[in-house]
Amino acid sequence: MTGRTRAAALGFTGLTGLACLLIVAMTAVVLGNIALHGTERLSWEFLSESPRQMTHGGIFPAIFGTFALVLLMTVAGVPVGVAAAIYLQEYARQDSKAVLAVRLALENLAGVPAIVFGLFGLGFFIQFTGRGIDRLFFSGELTFGQPCILWAALTLAVLTLPTVVVATEEALRAVPRAYREAAYAAGATRWQVVRYVVLPQSIGGILTGTILAVSRGAGEVAPILFTGAAYFLPQLPDRLNDQFMELGYHIYVMTTQSPDVEATRPVLYATVFVLLALTFALNFVAVLIRARVRARLRAA
Amino acid sequence: MPSPPSDHPLIRRNPRLAEKAIEAAIRLSAFFVIAALALIFIFIAREAVPLLTSAEVHEEVTVSRMVAPLPNGKFSWQPVSTVPKYSLLPLLAGTLKVTLVALLIALPLAVGAAIFTSEFAPPGLREVIKPVIELLAGIPSVVIGFFALMVVATWVQEAFGLVYRLNAITAGIGLSLAVIPIVYTVAEDALSAVPQSFRDGSLALGANRWQTAWRVVLPAAMPGVMAAGVLGFGRAIGETMIVLMASGNAAISSLDPRESFRSISATIAAELGEVVHGSAHYHVLFFLGALLFVITFLLNLAGHAWAARLRTRLEGGGRR
Repeated sequence: MTGRTRAAALGFTGLTGLACLLIVAMTAVVLGNIALHGTERLSWEFLSESPRQMTHGGIFPAIFGTFALVLLMTVAGVPVGVAAAIYLQEYARQDSKAVLAVRLALENLAGVPAIVFGLFGLGFFIQFTGRGIDRLFFSGELTFGQPCILWAALTLAVLTLPTVVVATEEALRAVPRAYREAAYAAGATRWQVVRYVVLPQSIGGILTGTILAVSRGAGEVAPILFTGAAYFLPQLPDRLNDQFMELGYHIYVMTTQSPDVEATRPVLYATVFVLLALTFALNFVAVLIRARVRARLRAA
Repeated sequence: MPSPPSDHPLIRRNPRLAEKAIEAAIRLSAFFVIAALALIFIFIAREAVPLLTSAEVHEEVTVSRMVAPLPNGKFSWQPVSTVPKYSLLPLLAGTLKVTLVALLIALPLAVGAAIFTSEFAPPGLREVIKPVIELLAGIPSVVIGFFALMVVATWVQEAFGLVYRLNAITAGIGLSLAVIPIVYTVAEDALSAVPQSFRDGSLALGANRWQTAWRVVLPAAMPGVMAAGVLGFGRAIGETMIVLMASGNAAISSLDPRESFRSISATIAAELGEVVHGSAHYHVLFFLGALLFVITFLLNLAGHAWAARLRTRLEGGGRR
């Protein structure tokens, strides 16, 4: 090898390595900064109390709202996502037009900007469905035709659908073919094979998809801007048509609308830290489960 | 004695019926995915169409007036002034500006890192880099927006001596953090999909590892790397919270990255909350949403088409 090619080789490898290093460094700076400043104000009171103005009190209602929101989202979205994945993997012929269309829709659904989901939530769930329900059952009185936790959760359920489907599909693929064939040979019907053989074997992967969806849903703000989130509410939501406080939305409002940035900073950092800790804890669990699923996939 | 599942009365009496009902439900769920995409388009178009058809809306705004210069020869976005002005140009300029800055940062970094992980990094290092990228992907965009506004803005302003604290450089850096994971993931997938035999052949002919990476692996994976760029572009155009928080939200028709700006997505987010339902402004915002939907949809189609072409090319070209 001549000196010039050697230098070029080193330079190229070095540059790509530098790109890697920079990404890792940027991530470390963001997380380090938030961990450093976010833990200063953190206390049990901060997690368990209601906010008082922008600078005092805690964020309990926002934590509660976030949990309620993702719980509703999961109940509504995950069954549909899992069933869609079962269709793609267990029922449909892989080269059929239907499968192609569903996959195309999934890919594009995953690429729709979050803010467009917000518009969809407002146009479809609130204006069309909600107002429709009000006209039919509440003689036009405004009940479901307004922003509330139900519509926000359903909007997020649609947004996270691709996440659930993709993870579930991966889990279903990890179940060895021989298991299905053995079950069919024993006389089981298709649904019995799915219900008693495939699903129990792939529960870990389905859980991964669910957790990833929850983590994504807990962090999205744009879709709930007009579909139900509120900055301050004296009461926790206890009905489906209540508005709610949410961690990400809380961060957005405190960051952009605080009259005194310096005074808000400690509370804001602590709130960001809580949201990050929540999403990372969820992602971490998902990664652990997925690693186990992948190991099984390789063994199969 | 407990009966085995197959002796359940419903199943025993009519096994076909239960099986058919379940299959129908599963099939329905799959088609719901298609329906969801269609519903998104239909219901955004439904609220956007009055901009094209309603005479009432036309008294205030038409599409041609959104594109053409105002009577004073300028382009302004001032939807809540006494004479509302709805020029698209400042929003397009803002969106383009921040997207370009973000891609200029994200593409070299993400593609470079993808080449490094798939071609040069020892397996141990690879196991470190991938989780870090996943970590980055897991940071909610509102948190990146917060970080850009609170921290990056100060750094950038001091480093470049800028007049405006919030500008396209700051927002672009924030946005690049959201774009890097998707570009990296797609590009890395494409590079790893290149069969090992390509590399073995190149090395056997006497090429070194960087020559192999640059002249053999990268060209072979090119459609996938292009797909990564296109999907990253789509992500950047649609991203809302980062831009909303770090752009300064000033609708200026300028491509200077040192100035504040306002993007299409941030305009929707900032204005829809206060707009009167059914007003001209309301329909204009849905029209912007429809625009965003169509643009990202086309970019996604192109991206996935390229990724698919890579797959067929590699599967046809070499045995894995």
